Amino acid sequence: MTTVAPRKRAYGKGSLTVATWIIAILFVFPLLWMILTAFKQEADAYTDPPKLFFTPTFEQLGNVLSGGFLPYLSNSAFVTILSTALVLLFGVPAAYALSLAPVKGTSNALGFFLSTKMLPIVAAIIPLYVISQNTELLDTVWALVILYTSMNLPLAIWMMRSFFLEVPHEMIEAGRIDGANLPTLLRKIIMPVVAPGIAATALICVIFSWTEFFYAVNLTAARAGTVPVFLVGFITSEGLYWAQLSAAALLASLPVMIVGWIAQNHLVRGLSMGAVK
Amino acid sequence: MSTLSVSTPTSRTHAKAEEKRGLSTAARRRLPLLPALIFVIAVTQLPFLLTVFYSFQSWNLVRPGSRHFVGLDNYIDVFSDTTFLVALLNTVLLTVVCVFVALLLGLGLAILLDRKFLGRGVVRTLLITPFLILPAAGALLWKTTMFDPTYGLLHFVFGTDTDWLSEFPLASVMAQIVWQWTPFMMLLILAGLQSQAKDVLEAANVDGAGRWRTFVSITLPHLSRFLQLATLLGAIYIVNSFDAIFLMTQGGPGTASTNLPYYIYQRAFEGFDVGQSSAMGVIVVILTMIVATFALRLMFRTFSVSGGIK
Amino acid sequence: MRKLLTLLAATSLLATGCAGAGSIGTGNSTLVIAIVANPQMKDAISLAPEFEKATGIDLKFVSLPENQARAKITASTATEGGEFDVVMISNYEAPQWAANGWLENLEPHMAATPGYDEGDFIPSIKTSLSYRNQMYAVPFYGESSFLAYRKDLFDKAGLTMPAKPTWPQIADFAAKLDDKANGVAGICLRGKPGWGESLAPFTTVANTFGAQWFDKDWNAKLTSPEFTQAANFYVNLIREHGEVGASSAGFSECGTRYTQGNAAMWYDATVMAGTNEDPSSSKIVGKSGYAPAPVVKTQASGWLYTWALGIPKVAKDKDAAWKFMAWMTDKAYVQKVGHTYGWNRVPPGVRQSTYAIPEYADAAKAYAKPTLDGIADANQQKVMANPVPYPGIQFVGIPEFQDLGTRVSQQLSAAIAGRESVEDALKQSQDYAQTVGDSYKAVQ
Repeated sequence: MTTVAPRKRAYGKGSLTVATWIIAILFVFPLLWMILTAFKQEADAYTDPPKLFFTPTFEQLGNVLSGGFLPYLSNSAFVTILSTALVLLFGVPAAYALSLAPVKGTSNALGFFLSTKMLPIVAAIIPLYVISQNTELLDTVWALVILYTSMNLPLAIWMMRSFFLEVPHEMIEAGRIDGANLPTLLRKIIMPVVAPGIAATALICVIFSWTEFFYAVNLTAARAGTVPVFLVGFITSEGLYWAQLSAAALLASLPVMIVGWIAQNHLVRGLSMGAVK
Repeated sequence: MSTLSVSTPTSRTHAKAEEKRGLSTAARRRLPLLPALIFVIAVTQLPFLLTVFYSFQSWNLVRPGSRHFVGLDNYIDVFSDTTFLVALLNTVLLTVVCVFVALLLGLGLAILLDRKFLGRGVVRTLLITPFLILPAAGALLWKTTMFDPTYGLLHFVFGTDTDWLSEFPLASVMAQIVWQWTPFMMLLILAGLQSQAKDVLEAANVDGAGRWRTFVSITLPHLSRFLQLATLLGAIYIVNSFDAIFLMTQGGPGTASTNLPYYIYQRAFEGFDVGQSSAMGVIVVILTMIVATFALRLMFRTFSVSGGIK
Repeated sequence: MRKLLTLLAATSLLATGCAGAGSIGTGNSTLVIAIVANPQMKDAISLAPEFEKATGIDLKFVSLPENQARAKITASTATEGGEFDVVMISNYEAPQWAANGWLENLEPHMAATPGYDEGDFIPSIKTSLSYRNQMYAVPFYGESSFLAYRKDLFDKAGLTMPAKPTWPQIADFAAKLDDKANGVAGICLRGKPGWGESLAPFTTVANTFGAQWFDKDWNAKLTSPEFTQAANFYVNLIREHGEVGASSAGFSECGTRYTQGNAAMWYDATVMAGTNEDPSSSKIVGKSGYAPAPVVKTQASGWLYTWALGIPKVAKDKDAAWKFMAWMTDKAYVQKVGHTYGWNRVPPGVRQSTYAIPEYADAAKAYAKPTLDGIADANQQKVMANPVPYPGIQFVGIPEFQDLGTRVSQQLSAAIAGRESVEDALKQSQDYAQTVGDSYKAVQ
C-alpha cells in the first residue's frame, strides 16, 4: 500500500469514494425504500417484483396526519423535552460532583448509576403499572417524563462526567479561591468547556426518549400516547397496509431525524472530547 | 441492592485529597449528587423491591382471588422451565453477536468516513439515520418490506422464496438490531478517530511506518477506550432488546427467537402471571449483576471494578 | 450554552401548553375507548365525529393491534385501572369477566334504550356474550370460518367444489392446484403463533377430526391419536401445499396473498369476504366461491367469534359509555357504513336485519348465506365429536388459555417451520396443558 505510485493513489482514492457512497446507499436502502413506499398507493406497495417507479401520492401521508397524529406528536415533544431538561438539571450537578469534586464513596455512586441501566426494564413493568395507577399517573405524560428521566440520567451522568474531567483543575481552583460558589463556577468556568459535550448528551437523551416504545405502550392509553404508540396502531391484524405503515413510520421518525441531522457535528465533537475517561 | 462501582485513578487521587480536608467539606461536595441519586433510587429501586415482593406470591391477574404467598415456588418453577433457559441463551447470543458485528461494521464505516471526500457530510448523514428512526419503525420496516417472502426486497434480490423470519429468526432479528446500532458505534469510533493528534500520525508517516502498522500500533490503542465505551453502551441497550422481537417474530417460531425481556413480557402480559414473571425479573437482575461484576472486570481493565452490597 | 438552555426552556413551555390541552383540558365528558385496529373498527373511528356532534360527548380512541390491545385491556380491567370507559372484547373474555364481576350488566341499559333491538342479534352470538342469560357485551361484528376458493382456478383444473367438502378432499384439491412456478399456493392456512391466530383454524380442524383439548374430567388430550392425526394433517398440508412463510402468516398475511392471487384456497374467518370482494384492495374480485368449513367426523365445523363492546365496572360515566356503544352497534350504524363506505364494509354477522337489507344482500350474495349458516352451525354439539368441560369452540374458555394457547401455538409454528416434529411439539404441549388441567381437577 505504501509503495503505490502517486497517480494510482489518486485513482485509488476516487474509487474508494465511490465505494463509500455505494456502501452508504446500500446501508440505508431499507430506509430509502420506506420513504419511497410512503408515497405509494397500497396496490403499488406490495408487488413482485417491487416497483421502483410509480405515480407518487400524498394520500398516505395525508391519511396519517388526519388520523389524529398531532396529539401524539405534542405528547412526544413534551415528554422528550421535559425529560431531557430534567436530566440536565439533575445530571450536571451530579456529573460535577463525580468528576471535579469527588469524595470517598462518590465513585461507587457512578457504578450504581450505571448498574441501574443494566436492569431489564421488563422486570419492573407490573409494579410500575400498579404504582402509576395508585398515584393517578397512569396514562399521563408525567409518568413517562419521570421514567425517561431516570432511564437517561445514568448514561447522561456517565457521559457528562467524562466531559467534566476535561476541565483543567487549576481553572476551578482559581475560581474557588476567588470565592465563586458552585452555580457561578458551573456557569462561568465549567460550562464553556463542556458545552459541546452536554449538547451531545442532550441529543442522545432526546433520541432515546423519542424512540422509547416499551413504557409508552404499556403505561399510556388515550391521553398520553406518544409517537411509537401511534405507529403500532397502524399494524392491523386484518389486512396489510404497507404504504400507510411506511408513511406513519416516516412521520413518526422525522422530527428526531431532523434534529439528529442538524446536530450530528455536535454529537461527534461532543463524543470525541474524551468520552471514556 | 447490589451495585457495581467504578472508580478511575483520577477520582481516587481526588478522593484521598478530599478525605484529608474533613467531613464537612465532603458532605458539602456530595450535595450536588444527591438529587440525581435520590431520584434514580426512587424511580428504579422502589419498583424493583415491589417486584421482589410479588415474586414470592402466586398471583394471576385473570384469576381473581388467587393471590397468596408461596415462598420460593415461583423460583423453582422458573429454574425447571426449559424455555427460560432457551431465552437466556438467545439473549446472550443476540447480545454478543450484535455488539460484535455492529462494532466491526461501525469501525469499517468510521474509517471510510475519516478522510475528506466529495459529499462526506451527506454520506455521514445517510449513515447515522438508521439510529435516528424509531426502533419500532425499523423493526416493522424490516419485517415487511425486507423480509416478506413474497413481496420483500430480499426475495427480489436473491430470487428465492426463503421465509427469513421463520427459517433464520434469530439472525433476522440480529440483522435489524445491527442495522440500527451500527451508526451509533460508527459515531463513537469516528469521534475517537477524529480526536487523534494529527502530529503523531504525521510523525509515524515520516518515520516510514505503513498505514497498517500506523493503524495497529497507534490508532487502535487510541481507539480502545472508544471501542470499550461502544461495547458497553451497545451491550446495555441490546441486552434489553424488545421492540424488534415483539414486532418481527413474536419470539418464534416456537421459542427460537425468544429473549429474556420478551419472555418476561409474555409471562406478564399474555400469561398474566405476576408472580412468575416477577421471579424471572429478579433472576435476570441477579444474573446481570454477576455478569456486570465479573465479565466487565475482565473487559475493562481501565476501570477498577468492585462488586458489593451497598 | 445559555442559548441552548433558553431554547430548551422555551420549547418545553410551549410543549407543556400543547400537551396540557390534550391531557387535562377536556374534562370529564371524554370517553376513552380501547379498540382493536381492524378495518371495520377504523371505519367506526372515522364516523365517530358524527356521534360527537350529535351528543356533545368527546371520544378518544386507543386503537392497537389485537395482541397489544388484548394485553392492555386485560391488564387494565383486571387491575381495575380505569383508563378505559369502553373496551373491545370478544366472546372469549365476556362470560369470564362477567363472572369475575369486572363488567357492567348491559340488560338495564338496553331496556332503557328505545329502538335498540337486542332481539335482532343472531342468537348464537348473543348467547356467547352472555353470563347467566344477561348480556355483558354487545357485538360489533361476528364471524364463523369458511373456505374461500378461486372458481376460475377450479374451472381451469376441471375441479368442482362439493357443497359440503371434507378435509381430505381439500387436501387433494390443494395438491392439484399448487402451482409454485407461478407463485400460487394450493391453500393458505394460518401458522402464526397466537391463540387467536393459528390455533383458531387449527382447533376447528382438530375438533372435526374428533380430537379435543381436555376430556370431561380435565385430562389433557393433546397426544391422543385423533389430536396427533389432526396436527399431522394440518402441518403437512401447509408444508406441502401451503403458502410460503406459513409459520409467520396470520389472517392479514393470508389475506394479502389470497387477494393478490397467490393462493387458490383460503380457510379462515368469514369476515375475509369483505376484503376479497373490495376492488380497492383485491385483484380477484368476483372470482371466489365460498364453501362451508370442511369436515371429517362431525356434521359441521367452523368457529364462533365476535368482537364486542363492554363497559368495565370501574368506568366513570357508564351512561355516556352506553350511548356510544348503542350508536356503534345499532341498525342505523349499519346503514351509515353502507351508504358512506359501501356495503362490503358493513360489520357482518351480528344483526339479522342486516341480511334483509337489499343493497347488502346484493353486495354480499356470494358469502352472506355461508356466513349465516356458519354462525348458526357453530355450537359444540355440531362441531365437536365428544363432550368437553369448557365453553368455546376454537378456544378453551378458561383464563389460562391465553397463555396455554400461545405456548401450544408456538409449538405448532415450530412444527410448521420444520424445526420440530409434530410428535415432539404435541408432547411438549401436552405437558403445558396437563398442568392447567390439573388445577381444574383439584377444584372439582
